[in-house]
Amino acid sequence: METTNKFSMTVLSRSANESFVRACVAAFAAQLDPTLEEISDIKTAVSEAITNCIVHAYKEGAGKIYITGELTDNNMLRLKIRDKGCGIENIEKAMEPLFTTVGGERAGLGFAVMQSFMDSVRVRSVKDKGTTVSMTKKISPRFKLNG
Amino acid sequence: MSVEINVTGEVVTAYLSGELDHHTAKEMRESIDLAVELNMPTLLVLDFGNISFMDSSGIGLVMGRYRNLLKTGAQLHIANAPPQIYKVMRLAGLERLAKLERKGENNGNNQ
Repeated sequence: METTNKFSMTVLSRSANESFVRACVAAFAAQLDPTLEEISDIKTAVSEAITNCIVHAYKEGAGKIYITGELTDNNMLRLKIRDKGCGIENIEKAMEPLFTTVGGERAGLGFAVMQSFMDSVRVRSVKDKGTTVSMTKKISPRFKLNG
Repeated sequence: MSVEINVTGEVVTAYLSGELDHHTAKEMRESIDLAVELNMPTLLVLDFGNISFMDSSGIGLVMGRYRNLLKTGAQLHIANAPPQIYKVMRLAGLERLAKLERKGENNGNNQ
């Protein structure tokens, strides 16, 4: 499996960047000719990951979010969303649907959405060092009927 | 992002449009809550017909309104949910809290 294209970007953990990053990732993934549903799935998963960085990792103030994306020759999108924030103490607990540490109006469904809409989601986290969320999604090949 | 409120009798309908994420949810929430506070409806309809994107922040918004309405016993309906938004709502099990209607299923009761 070879990488055919790559991008990386860094944004500040400002909530205005949630829409910016998901639009960038969607534009990048468009090279694989995904369906509208696949694009929506990717945008939703990215939005959850970026929101987690803003709401949880950097809850004390703004920090940097590092996003990298790769396309592979077997029509796969690989994404990494990394922060250098507070880290997750208990990843298993954090990934349970409806679990949230912030209360208010957060549904606690971020990881559930990522897992449901992407093919794989892996989370690595070190307390006070940061968190990396790696996600992949295979885009179903579509055959053009007319040239 | 915008919220348009329509009041008919005891029904408050909030027509939401644009993208619903963590960034925009607060403003939408405040507009809806103000309309509910002023009109004390027996039914709140959240119309998602013109929402172009929604992540789990939208689920938080619906769950929060549901909790508020419990205090007065008012009902909550979700109308015109586009396919992707319906998918997120089903994942969260929102159909257990509110009547959940997909885009295209509108029977004319929410106009």
